[in-house]
Amino acid sequence: MNKYDLIVIGGGPAGMAAALAAKKAGIDDLLIIERDNVFGGILNQCIHNGFGLHTFKEELTGPEYAERYADMVIQQNIPFELETMVLSLETTTDAMKAVTVISSKRGVQTLYAKAVILAMGCRERPRGALNIPGFRPQGVYTAGTAQKLVNLQGVKIGKQVVILGSGDIGLIMARRMTLEGAKVSAVAELMPYSSGLKRNIVQCLDDYGIPLLLSHTVVDIKGKEKLEGVYIAKVDEKCQPIPGTEVYYPCDTLLLSCGLIPENELTVGAGVMIDPRTNGAYVNESLQTNVNGVFACGNVLHVHDLVDFVSEESQRAGENAARFILNGGSESGKTIEVKAGNGVRYTVPCRINIDNAPELTHIRFRVTGVYKNVSIILKSGDTELMRKRSQILVPSEMVDLIIQKNKLSDIDDTIEVFVEEVQK
Amino acid sequence: MYDILVIGAGAVGCAVARELSKYKLSVCVVEKESDVCEGTSKANSAIVHAGFDAKPGTLKAELNVRGSKMIKELSSKLDFAYKQNGAMVLCFDEADVGKLEELKQRAVINGVDGVSVISGEEARKLEPSLSDNVKAALWAQTSAIVCPFEMTLAFAENAFANGAEFRLSTKVTGISKNGDTFNVKTDKGNIQCKIVVNAAGVFADEVHSMISSQPMKIVPRRGEYMLMDKAAGGLISRTIFQLPTKMGKGILVTPTVHGNLLAGPTAEDLDDKQDVSTTKHGLDEVKAKGSLSVKNIPFNKVITGFSGLRAVGDTGDFIIEQSDIKGFIDVAGIESPGLSSAPAIGEYVCKIISGIIELVQKDNFIDTRKGLVHFFDLSNDQQNELISKDPSYGRIVCRCEYVTEGEILDAINRPLGATTLDGVKRRTRAGMGRCQAGFCLPTTMALIASKLGISLADVKKTGAFDTDRRQDDE
Repeated sequence: MNKYDLIVIGGGPAGMAAALAAKKAGIDDLLIIERDNVFGGILNQCIHNGFGLHTFKEELTGPEYAERYADMVIQQNIPFELETMVLSLETTTDAMKAVTVISSKRGVQTLYAKAVILAMGCRERPRGALNIPGFRPQGVYTAGTAQKLVNLQGVKIGKQVVILGSGDIGLIMARRMTLEGAKVSAVAELMPYSSGLKRNIVQCLDDYGIPLLLSHTVVDIKGKEKLEGVYIAKVDEKCQPIPGTEVYYPCDTLLLSCGLIPENELTVGAGVMIDPRTNGAYVNESLQTNVNGVFACGNVLHVHDLVDFVSEESQRAGENAARFILNGGSESGKTIEVKAGNGVRYTVPCRINIDNAPELTHIRFRVTGVYKNVSIILKSGDTELMRKRSQILVPSEMVDLIIQKNKLSDIDDTIEVFVEEVQK
Repeated sequence: MYDILVIGAGAVGCAVARELSKYKLSVCVVEKESDVCEGTSKANSAIVHAGFDAKPGTLKAELNVRGSKMIKELSSKLDFAYKQNGAMVLCFDEADVGKLEELKQRAVINGVDGVSVISGEEARKLEPSLSDNVKAALWAQTSAIVCPFEMTLAFAENAFANGAEFRLSTKVTGISKNGDTFNVKTDKGNIQCKIVVNAAGVFADEVHSMISSQPMKIVPRRGEYMLMDKAAGGLISRTIFQLPTKMGKGILVTPTVHGNLLAGPTAEDLDDKQDVSTTKHGLDEVKAKGSLSVKNIPFNKVITGFSGLRAVGDTGDFIIEQSDIKGFIDVAGIESPGLSSAPAIGEYVCKIISGIIELVQKDNFIDTRKGLVHFFDLSNDQQNELISKDPSYGRIVCRCEYVTEGEILDAINRPLGATTLDGVKRRTRAGMGRCQAGFCLPTTMALIASKLGISLADVKKTGAFDTDRRQDDE
């Protein structure tokens, strides 16, 4: 009994939404594999509110949002296995996907599926990868690890805090640590703009008088066994520290919120091509990777800022995987490329099969810097397919362009998304 | 009252203790940190040098060559990771090819086999990622890589199994001698013994001066390293050195025995014997000089940087001798090739001790040790058998290095088990991967806290405990 139509790897918001959509589309023989002992992934430690405004039209906490989906999974009788981790993913000669898992219950075992949805989420960039010189004392945590320790395990991790990086988890943790009675001296951000959502800067920093130091970084970490303090310096336009600008901040805790990396080691092992811009798979409009029958969604595909967008995207992945299973997986038809032009860092998808495209195709992307008063343009050759005005575009907020199928019908080979200054 | 007290539980101290545990002696090791392998032994290049580098006739040469042969044999007996991957010393200037020939001559005199000089082209054929500027290379086939944590632990655990005592989190603060008895003062009480072995690493001069009036100076020479993701580990398969200079062996690039890529070390003399910080200039130097040897080192795949302190003596050679105080033996200045020499240093120290007291071999010496199970090195059948016996092996705690809960529990529960996060990391590799413990830290903390009966907030990353956490078990 190790054969399934569909295996969903990951029981966070992406995996649950994908599984529910696949079930709704007629796939009963499926399995969700989750390595933790509960559903919900990272949402479980996100005890603040602000989740679900799009999906449920109300403001929920992370655990509440997760619970709604977990309840639906159980109501729909979708089979799942917790405390189970996928070790490898391969394609067999008969185009089945071989998913090798480990759990106390199964031991090490290989399961087979016609299709697989990758929904493993992302991880945080650690201190080592940031090359911050200095000592390696106790008291340096990634923001998400600190969040788990504080919110789920009730550990008091420190009293005086500095945060490097203005990612959303870092901003949320600035507020959280303040509420826990700690003093947050500063949030330093290497770039001249924040990598977190505007609302988090207002609600988590401004409301508590926590300074956000843009174009600053930590250049040295002091403390042999326990963290004693950090030096923060200004950086120039090339993000290089400016000598002489170092300021010492005594602290017992340094939190790092310097980027999230889709967790794709499994994906690479399966022969899936990875887009270096997102660190996620290259996918088409169906969120299918270059390996037939392997789909990706949520933060393992590209890092999102709102869970609501994860759920929506994953629902599409679930529907498409169901269609793939039911139709026997033929993917013929004309495919066009989606190019990231001026000001656009990447697009998801990066190719569209016009014959398979749904009525509405989402093109999601992030901009490369802060743009004010611009237009987002979608063009094929000289033909403009779409133009959308925007007061402000920032890298921290994902843009979602929705294009109708009929607009794509006459495209030759490429469409390009780019940002253009509005003529005054 | 012990026959012998070894001060310092690094690779050398543990190797000495293991060698001594072969004899009918009472042996105790004191260590100021809460674990073995906390000083120089944990932060080095992890190379078992072939032995062509040291000057013929020195202790370094003799003990390196002997040690490297012993380590190969011990790795299977004591179950620690070791791989004979070979090494190259690169020469970038035609004018320096003569220096490679000199090294080759040294190898012959030192008794090192398998050393030859090859052309740049031949070198690149063996290692396609080598720089185009390599003019010639010395190729040493017996050079190896090792896991220094496991090796030190293996020596310690084997010594322990053979009766050696370990007093961890115990700092020596003074030494006096009354008749034939040493009284060693520590922050946890006094210890009496007949013989003291000073294997205190960078602090060996301070320990020496607690009793001897003869001068000794150990300078901590910092070396900074960058460790890269396993995805980069395949770039080269041999250890790549540059022709040595006065300040050391230059920047080397090597695969580690676990499949990562390592570049370093710099060489910088310091005053502070605890300054294991990294610096911008140091890491920049690692990048710049490492790139001279190997093309396209993926420095964007760095997962951590670290520093180690070499214990550099003032004689140019290892200082392994009975001091002016009878029964007080210095094992000092053990800089490179110290790790490679460690087991041979153990033998050598025993020889010195045999001149002071009579050594009688035990007939029940246990000469093997079983290391931790590394679950993912097992066959599929073995894995499933283990999980059915102990379900904790079916739960992955560290996702990056695939470390199971069972392994972490073993690391904590076994003799001389881990009491800190770094202790678990060195034994199991949990937290050594690309996320650097982001995911496994809370779980590992909980497992340690539960074993030690302390709160999560009191779980330490590293460092000594005020009281010995292990006494409950004894």
